[in-house]
Amino acid sequence: MPMLTLVDLGVLRDVQAQDGRVVVTITPTYSGCPAVATMRDDLVHRLRDAGFDDVEVRVSLTPAWSSDWISDRGRQALAEHGLSAPGPAPTRSGPVPLSLLPVRRMLTCPRCGADDVELTSEFGPTACKALYRCVSCLEPFEHVKEI
Amino acid sequence: MAEEVDHENAYDGLLGGDDSQWAFGTDFEDPLAGVDTSLPGGVDGRDLATYCLMLADDALVMSHRLTEWCSRAPDLEEDIALANIALDLLGQSRLVLARAAAADPSVVPALPEGSPVPPEDALAFFRDDREFLNVRLVEGDNGDFGRTMARLLVFSTWRLALLERLASSRDHVLAAVAAKGVKEMTYHRDYAARWFLTLARGTDESRRRVVEGLTGIWSLHGELFVTHDVERRVADAGVGVAPGDVAAEVDVLLEQVFSASGVERPTVPPLAGVRGRTGRHGLHTEALSHLLAEMQVVARAHPRGSW
Repeated sequence: MPMLTLVDLGVLRDVQAQDGRVVVTITPTYSGCPAVATMRDDLVHRLRDAGFDDVEVRVSLTPAWSSDWISDRGRQALAEHGLSAPGPAPTRSGPVPLSLLPVRRMLTCPRCGADDVELTSEFGPTACKALYRCVSCLEPFEHVKEI
Repeated sequence: MAEEVDHENAYDGLLGGDDSQWAFGTDFEDPLAGVDTSLPGGVDGRDLATYCLMLADDALVMSHRLTEWCSRAPDLEEDIALANIALDLLGQSRLVLARAAAADPSVVPALPEGSPVPPEDALAFFRDDREFLNVRLVEGDNGDFGRTMARLLVFSTWRLALLERLASSRDHVLAAVAAKGVKEMTYHRDYAARWFLTLARGTDESRRRVVEGLTGIWSLHGELFVTHDVERRVADAGVGVAPGDVAAEVDVLLEQVFSASGVERPTVPPLAGVRGRTGRHGLHTEALSHLLAEMQVVARAHPRGSW
């Protein structure tokens, strides 16, 4: 999702600069997210381009990444690029309930704005997205999942 | 930039002259870079490493089986779903294998000098079948889609229950991996449970297949709840979870799915171990040897290879 910066995505957790040395902390979105290596490379290259040669990228696993961390600017950028932004992440206390019914979300089509949409699949081209189809304009679209 | 692209070279064409992205996703640094991997007090490093291998091998072997569906699932949506679930499990496995290596470096197989293979890859690709500590449930062939869903239902229900408890581990790495894993296992379990219900309430043929699938894997269900000595010790130290402690909860959840599906719980005797030894002791079925042969062959042929 190149329209999002690492800040927009909520992956960039901390930046410390001292005496020309920069330590950046990121939190991966999903355990197996293959984009983490690219995010790390991008950070190192951008910082080097900006004149910081001494760069360290650290991983922070706690707290786990949540789709709530996607910024307002990020949500707007998603919508502008035809992706549906996540609603509030589920919160719970106690055991995780089993859900035998299909996921229901109140979504609007990011292309035409209609709210008549149907879930095609809970799993999309990347771990963070579900697939939908707009019944009104008939276009498929991706929805960033709540996690 | 564009004029520098060598059009005779497919990789260069893909990358547009920017080789910083080459070996995408493989030339990793330590996945635990900057994470505190010091041993929590009161736990033996070897025990923690062994426990991590158990957790990681369950996920790694299950992940490999699910990736075998890639391009072969009944439809494109299920193909993508199974690949996504496999990727989550692979990610969990990688972090926990790295944690095993940090807890006790002596568990990592020795590789030729100059090998760039990181410890988690050495553990995944250079251990033999008897060194794998996964439960035997995950290693058997997929069978059909019905059997795959039955196994995924049992596996994800069990692992979610384990990870929910592991999220409060005194080991910060395991606690973090578990907290993240709970989010992932939640939708793995929902996915498998919905398919189980759909198949069981579908046609006579889909029902027959999912019931046969469940019966086929059931002899390995009991092994999930047998607590190994190492699991007992790390649980007592507040670092791990004794699988025996989640048996009742898993039972209730599976019963919910079975009763909604109108399926009787199978009555199949457990597959015996050898003198009490099972998957957790490194004793496996033949299926694991075949799986590892395929999974490991390229890495083993090029121990100095850089990917």
